[in-house]
Amino acid sequence: MTASTPAKWGLRGLAFGYLGLLLLAPVGMIFYKTFEHGLGPPVEAMTSPEALHAIQLTLLMVAVAVPLNTIFGVGCALLLVRRRWWGNSIVDGIINLPFAVSPIVVGLSLYLLYGNTGWFGPTMAEWGIQVLFSWPGMVLASIFVSLPFVVRETVPVLREIGTEQEQAASTLGANGWQTFWRITLPAIRWGVAYGVVLTTARVLGEFGAVTIVSGSISGETETMPLFVAKAFEQFQEEAAYAGAIVLALLALTTLLLMSVGGRKAKASTTKEGF
Amino acid sequence: MGIAVEGAFKRFGDFQALDDVSIDVPDGSLTALLGPSGSGKSTLLRAIAGLEELDRGRVAINGSDATETPAQKREVGFVFQHYAAFKHMTVFGNVAFGLKIRKWDKAKISDRVHELLRLVQLDGLAERYPDQLSGGQRQRMALARALAVEPQVLLLDEPFGALDAKVRKDLRTWLRRLHDEMHVTTIFVTHDQEEAMDVAEQLVVMNQGRVEQSGTAGELYEHPANEFVMSFVGEVNRLGDHFVRPHDMDVSLDAGDGAEQAMVQRIVALGFEIRVEFVLGDGAEVWAQLTRTELQKLELREGQIVYLRPGQVKSFSSGDAEVSAAA
Repeated sequence: MTASTPAKWGLRGLAFGYLGLLLLAPVGMIFYKTFEHGLGPPVEAMTSPEALHAIQLTLLMVAVAVPLNTIFGVGCALLLVRRRWWGNSIVDGIINLPFAVSPIVVGLSLYLLYGNTGWFGPTMAEWGIQVLFSWPGMVLASIFVSLPFVVRETVPVLREIGTEQEQAASTLGANGWQTFWRITLPAIRWGVAYGVVLTTARVLGEFGAVTIVSGSISGETETMPLFVAKAFEQFQEEAAYAGAIVLALLALTTLLLMSVGGRKAKASTTKEGF
Repeated sequence: MGIAVEGAFKRFGDFQALDDVSIDVPDGSLTALLGPSGSGKSTLLRAIAGLEELDRGRVAINGSDATETPAQKREVGFVFQHYAAFKHMTVFGNVAFGLKIRKWDKAKISDRVHELLRLVQLDGLAERYPDQLSGGQRQRMALARALAVEPQVLLLDEPFGALDAKVRKDLRTWLRRLHDEMHVTTIFVTHDQEEAMDVAEQLVVMNQGRVEQSGTAGELYEHPANEFVMSFVGEVNRLGDHFVRPHDMDVSLDAGDGAEQAMVQRIVALGFEIRVEFVLGDGAEVWAQLTRTELQKLELREGQIVYLRPGQVKSFSSGDAEVSAAA
C-alpha cells in the first residue's frame, strides 16, 4: 500500500513534530543554555574536583554494573530460552521487577537491607564493608535498576535464531563452551549489544535509587545525575547544564560506539568473495 | 557394521514419536527413511545423531554402542532441512568449522576446505556469506561442512525439502553420485516416495512411530506388506477389500467377465500420462493411469460409460498378510 502524497507528508510532519517538540527541543535547549557564553564556563564547571569525581564515580558504576548485568543477562536468557523447567515463569517474572518498581522504592529497600538494623547490614559492617553511603551500595542500586535490559533484548533474538545452528555445531564436534562462543554469541550479538546500550544509559542516568543509598555526599558519593540535581537546587545553573551535557555526551558515545561497531560488522558481512 | 537401532522408544508429552523401532542400515549403503509427517522418521534420525535422547532402546554406529555418546563425539555428519548455516561465517568458515574445532593446522584446513568446495561445486564462493547463496548452494555448503570432518555416517533430514522442484531433482542425482564416490553410510529422511525411490538403495517406510516395512524400492512396490505401504509407495485405488494400482486398471468399451461398469468423470492430461477419473455403480471413485496413445485409441470423453477390469489386485484383510491375485 502506498500512501498518497499529502498523507505521506502529513505523517512525516507528525513524526518530526512529535520528536522535535518532545525530544529535540528540551535537549537542544540544554545545549544552547550551556554554551550560551562560550566554552569557558561549562569547561570550568566540569573541571572542579566535585564534578571530576562525579564523572569518575558515574563511570565506575557503568564499569561494574554493565559487565555484571551483561554476563548475568545472557546467561539468564539462555536459561529461559534453551532450558524448559518449572522455574522459568518465576524467573521471567522476577526479572521484570525493576521495571515495575520505582527506583526510590529500590533505594529504600536496599537501605532497609543494608542499614544498621537490616538483614545484611550488621554482618557487612562486621566484615568491614561499608555498603550504604558508599560506592558498593550505589553499584547494587545501579545493578538492580538496570538488570532486565540485556535479558529482555537477548531473549527474543535467542528464540529467533533457533537451536539448529547450535545442534549443527555439536554434530561437528564442538562442546557447549565452544558452541556458545563461536555460534550462539555471534548470532545474538545485536540483541546483547542493544541491551548493553540500554543498560549503560540506565546506569548513567540513575537517580532515585542512588540518591537514597548514597547520601549524595559531594566529592564522595555523588554521581553525575546527583551532581546535576544538587547544582540545580543551589542555583548553579552553569554547572547543572554542563553536567547534563556530559551525561548526554556519555550516552551518545555509547550509541556511537554501537553503530560504528555495527557498520564495521555489516561491511564485513556484505563483502563479496571475488 | 553400518548403523543399527534396536527397540527405540521416544515420547514427547502425549505423542509417541518412536514406538519400538529397530532398523539395520548396511555399511556404505544409502538408505531412505520414508513416511508422512509425524511418522517419527526425523526423530529416529536425530536419535542416531545424538540430538535426541531415546527413552529406551540402543543405537550402534559401526559396531560400537553409541547410545550414551553425546552428539559431539558421535562423528556423524548431519544436514538439516533449513541448512543451519552459520550466518556470521563465510562459506569457508562454515566448512572449516569442524576442522578448527579439531585444531587442524591452517594450511591443512585450507587444503581440505577447498577440496570439499570443489566436490560440492562451490569453489570460488569461499568468501561469500550464506545469505549471498541460493538455497541449493547453501545445502551443498552444509553437506561439505558435514563431510569435512570425515564422519562415520552421514545423516540428512529432509535435505531437499526447502528447495524448488528443479533444484531438488538436480541435487538428488548429485547426492546419488556423491555417495557412489564416497561410500559413507548415509541415511536420509524424506516424505517424498519418488525422491526416496530415486536416490536410495534401501527404503524404510515409517508410520505412527513404527517401521511398516523395509526393502528395496522394487520390493516395496511389488510386495507391500500392508495397505499403508501400498498406498504410500505409489498410487492406489480401493475396490472393496482390494487394492489396485491405477496403471493396473484395464479400461475397455465392451462389457465382459469381471468387468465393472463405470462412468468417466474427468480426464486430466499430465503430459504423456493421462489421469482418468471414474465413478462406479456404487458411487465409489477410482482412477486409471493411461498413456496418451491408449486414450486416443479408446476415444474417451467425460460422461461416457466404460468397463473396468482391475489387473493385479492385492488385499491385506487378515493380519496384514498380502494376498495377490491376477484377475
